[in-house]
Amino acid sequence: MLTLRHLSKSYVPGKPVLQDIDLDIAARGITAVIGPSGTGKSTLIRCINRLVEPTAGEILFDGADLARLSGAALRHARRHIGMVFQEYNLVERLTVMENLLCGRLGYVGAWKAWRRKFPPEDIRRAFELLDVVGLAGFAHRRADALSGGQRQRVGIARAVMQEPKLLLADEPTSSLDPKTSVEIMQLLADVARSRGIPVLINMHAVALGKRFADRIVGMSGGRIVFDGPPANLSDDVLKQIYGGEDWLDE
Amino acid sequence: MSSPIRALPPADDPFPRAWWPRVTMVLVAVYVVYACAQLDVSWERVQTGLANAAHFFGRLFPPNFTRWELLLKGLLESLQIAVLASTLGIALALPLGLLGARNLMPAWVSWPARAIVVVARSLHPVIVAILFVKAVGFGALAGILALTVASVGFIGKLFTEAIEEISLKQVEAVRATGAPFFSVLGYGVLPQVFSRFIGFATYQLDSNLRNSTMVGIVGAGGIGGTLFAAFQRFDYDFVCAILIAIISLIMLGELFATAVRAIFIGNATLADLFRRGAGGRRDRLVEDD
Amino acid sequence: MSAASLAGIDREWRRFTPAQRVARFAVYFVIVAAIVAAAQTIEIIPEFLADAPEQVADLLSRMWPVDWGDYADDVHGALVETLHIASLGTLLALVMAVPVGILAAHNLVRSTPLNLFAKLILVSSRSVNSLVWALLFVGIFGPGALAGTLAIAFRSIGFVGKLVGEALEEAQPGPIEALTATGAPWRSILLYGYWPQVKPAFWSIALFRWDINVRESAVLGLVGAGGIGMALDAALNLFQWPKVALILIAILAIVIVAEVVVTQIRKRMI
Repeated sequence: MLTLRHLSKSYVPGKPVLQDIDLDIAARGITAVIGPSGTGKSTLIRCINRLVEPTAGEILFDGADLARLSGAALRHARRHIGMVFQEYNLVERLTVMENLLCGRLGYVGAWKAWRRKFPPEDIRRAFELLDVVGLAGFAHRRADALSGGQRQRVGIARAVMQEPKLLLADEPTSSLDPKTSVEIMQLLADVARSRGIPVLINMHAVALGKRFADRIVGMSGGRIVFDGPPANLSDDVLKQIYGGEDWLDE
Repeated sequence: MSSPIRALPPADDPFPRAWWPRVTMVLVAVYVVYACAQLDVSWERVQTGLANAAHFFGRLFPPNFTRWELLLKGLLESLQIAVLASTLGIALALPLGLLGARNLMPAWVSWPARAIVVVARSLHPVIVAILFVKAVGFGALAGILALTVASVGFIGKLFTEAIEEISLKQVEAVRATGAPFFSVLGYGVLPQVFSRFIGFATYQLDSNLRNSTMVGIVGAGGIGGTLFAAFQRFDYDFVCAILIAIISLIMLGELFATAVRAIFIGNATLADLFRRGAGGRRDRLVEDD
Repeated sequence: MSAASLAGIDREWRRFTPAQRVARFAVYFVIVAAIVAAAQTIEIIPEFLADAPEQVADLLSRMWPVDWGDYADDVHGALVETLHIASLGTLLALVMAVPVGILAAHNLVRSTPLNLFAKLILVSSRSVNSLVWALLFVGIFGPGALAGTLAIAFRSIGFVGKLVGEALEEAQPGPIEALTATGAPWRSILLYGYWPQVKPAFWSIALFRWDINVRESAVLGLVGAGGIGMALDAALNLFQWPKVALILIAILAIVIVAEVVVTQIRKRMI
């Protein structure tokens, strides 16, 4: 589904944040990337859909190298990759329904989109998705009137509206309280599994990753140091990834 | 938590919108058509005008700087007018603004002060200039007085607002130390309003510089007079030179204003100015003209 | 108010570093020098200044009683024309300023030469006074309200464009990032990502500028660009002081009315 080969990124020349990453993501399942702050997890996720420009390497997705695309070709490719953000990134002044339909902006021409002339199946699908994420009846609320958890539900729905082949999530629960975090992770997992969409999540809380992911990728110092099922994630491995012991006693 | 999935009823509008933005748009469109008709703005007039414009621009370029002494004299006079009007305006506006502050002054003091400021603001500087020309004759004095009035109107209002927004607790604290009135002002009030004052004082300097280039059109001194005369003589290439000079002067003025703001608000040093270029901090002030 | 002192730390309380002092001194110096130079070289004839109170009294006496009767014939029509000039000019400026504002926003258009070019347009528009713009347009289109409307429009582009550009630069990048990630074309990103964020500021700017333009439109007639300024010019040339007084009062009234209208609409918007 997605293959990263020799992916590297340096924001400052000589100080690489990502070093020669090789990764294969299968067409199903949830993969969680964990690691200490600043180790390039977020950069990795954002390189995939080119929100951040990689310095070197290949990003093979859907028969094309995303690292080489530009212009309309890049936009078309992005349509097939949905993204959920830590800060939700909704357009505050628009309604929930309008935010959902933002997921279709890559498919509907700009003029039609401005006049809100989306195809009827998109509208129907939007209402269905609202039910699925638990926000039935919220269609006409303004996004800035929602709580954090509700906003992330809209964010997930928006990403799914793209009918993506891959879902990326950049610390989707870091701005949420523990209970809501679990709910959102559950929702994300359910939605992705029921629609057969693979998910690549950048996770901050290891416990959540262990609970919901099928596969854990551990990063440290810009490299992958662990790749396997959550069961293999022993304390020793975690120490190796995160360094230090104190935080393990939480 | 999720309700049973329902079929979308045909009438369910996914984008219910308030009706009044649409209505307003229609009204605006109707107004535009109406107003154009009232003003005798027709497409053919625009077209003839555009043909004229090409001809006109041809005569503007290349700009003619041969009479640069006259140009310089006019520019200098405009600069003088701006500097003196700003100084006088600030000097008058500060006490007046202070008197108009409702949180510091009783009503019988603040209302007349505010009224004076309002009247000073409402009349366009050009109109005031005409009146002063009648009162003190042609020349730069009329311009200075007219722009002083405009400055008082602008700075007075903003200074009053700034004072009314200060935290009185700080003033109270200083007063409680037994400090005399002016010390209370200096340590309690002024520190809170100083940076905003710099902001709009520098803005007013720029504004006066812009206006000083124009009051000459009605005889109140400065390069406006030279410009108007050149225009009436159809000396369009000289007009172009004057315009370029005016724009340059104003740009320099804006650079100076940005530097002053950086130094007094941002505590910059001279080296900082050159390092940053004139980019600087964006001022929150909303312009007045 | 002295700084707490700890062993080894400089005990001298300094408000500004020496380098900052130099900068502040430089500004003071420039300002004082400018004022002194200006005061010395300005040509003021003292007799005129002494004469002034007498002249003002004379002027006021000639203006009174105000000629209210003339309102219906000349003044009213001209006032309405002034309002049209201000409104049409503002609308035209809004349309023209938005693209320039977009070009000037460095987070939207990443080409520095384009940003600078747009900023140059905006600065020029602001630096040339509306009266001067009016002169130019009277030269091109002939006297009348068309010249006045265009003058207002071109003058306002700088104001509106600058503030719109700043509002765009201050837009939250998060939603924009999200829309980019969905593969939306740039026009949709503008309309769905930037416009909703900029909308309240935009209308506020538009209203503010209209208010200022009413004031500006009133004087454009002095150079022949239509509106009540032409009636004023005519009355001044014919020394009809009571009529001048009437016109001045009318201008004052319309400016105050415009400010009240704008304040009321603003209250409703928030």
